[in-house]
Amino acid sequence: MKYVDEFRDGKAAQTLAEAIRRKVTRPWTLMEVCGGQTHAIVRFGLDELLPKAISLIHGPGCPVCVTPVALIDQGLAIAAQPGVTFCSFGDMLRVPGSSEDLFSVKSRGADVRVVYSPLDALALARENPDREVVFFAVGFETTAPANALAVSQAKKEGLRNFSILVSHVRVPPALEAILASPRRRVDAFLAAGHVCSIMGMEEYTPLAAKHCVPIVVTAFEPVDLLQGILMCVAQLEEGRAEVENQYARLVKVGGNRPAQALIQEVFQVVDRTWRGIGAIPDSGFGLRDEYAEFDAARRFRVGDIGGPESPDCQSGQVLQGFLKPPQCPAFGKTCTPDHPLGATMVSSEGACAAYYRYRRFEPVG
Amino acid sequence: MCLGVPGQILDVEESALRLGRVAFGPTVKEVSLACVPDAQPGAWVVVHAGLALEQLDEEEARLMLESLAELEAGWAEEGP
Repeated sequence: MKYVDEFRDGKAAQTLAEAIRRKVTRPWTLMEVCGGQTHAIVRFGLDELLPKAISLIHGPGCPVCVTPVALIDQGLAIAAQPGVTFCSFGDMLRVPGSSEDLFSVKSRGADVRVVYSPLDALALARENPDREVVFFAVGFETTAPANALAVSQAKKEGLRNFSILVSHVRVPPALEAILASPRRRVDAFLAAGHVCSIMGMEEYTPLAAKHCVPIVVTAFEPVDLLQGILMCVAQLEEGRAEVENQYARLVKVGGNRPAQALIQEVFQVVDRTWRGIGAIPDSGFGLRDEYAEFDAARRFRVGDIGGPESPDCQSGQVLQGFLKPPQCPAFGKTCTPDHPLGATMVSSEGACAAYYRYRRFEPVG
Repeated sequence: MCLGVPGQILDVEESALRLGRVAFGPTVKEVSLACVPDAQPGAWVVVHAGLALEQLDEEEARLMLESLAELEAGWAEEGP
């Protein structure tokens, strides 16, 4: 088992598409939560294999995309300071703040580095005791244990030149916000597989029951996504609203307990503002008081910095599934990956970036 | 952002970060296996941001793929 090829098998995908066709009797709208799923759906054309009655809409599942402009501006302000080595995942470099992006700051001589893991940033802090090393901790629950591990280890080692700028978000409160909206269109969710590998499935059970919505924890390959869609459609057609697990090869019902313990040790649940959506209660993680010394916003006193979002960018509508990227007047015209108005066009998991990369020559429909 | 890549553990060093080498096809990277304390060399894990999220379960993967064959077998009985 190689865990990739088997789940990209064309014949298996056709079988599942046929099973969905046989099952569906009326229109249903499904939202995939994770940006990785969005990209796989658009890249492999999975939506085009489905009967017309099934609509897929794309959710707020790209943490880079939902990071507010204010936090990007705070990162830019820290990165521009002398003596700072600012580390980030590559996705963040082109995300526009209110006036520029990390690339621009880097081009003026700031020490901005792309790292693959917060543990790489921790190693940089160890090796460069005369530099302040800051990691831009953006992510969903999937990324929280790696960031928590880096901070916990920095404390154990007494590394005083390491800190993180936290922009952590949690999926369930965002789903609650989408379901509670008077403009709700979603009949069922494909929940984000890797988020659930950490957090488990239990926090989704009350959501499914309260809003009468099937939630299927789903992986990322084409066969996985089609099976997740089939499981959603089966529930909808049978009048069920349960939490089910398509990704049983990785996701356990209770999630990963050591990872949850790390998150609990370092982070606490806080309110967060989502770019284009607004404030959502309890929708993020922030550092606990015991770890406040590792909070870059406090260390560099940038907490008050932050400009407005672009009035031309409709990413808030895209992130809630109200608008498909090609329906935005700026798409592919004033907004491209080289000159993005918002993060959804530049992040590797943004919905606008997916449509620009794979669908930009198709008519809007 | 939540991209996870499956890889096979080559070796593990028992330390606070539980670092180990993981093979992703021909590419080998150092990864923390701190959140999969029982995972040993030979096991498959999904890695995200330098941390193994969880071990992959081959039996569950096989069951899922077999369930697809059962779908088609069911149609043969009920007709097109």
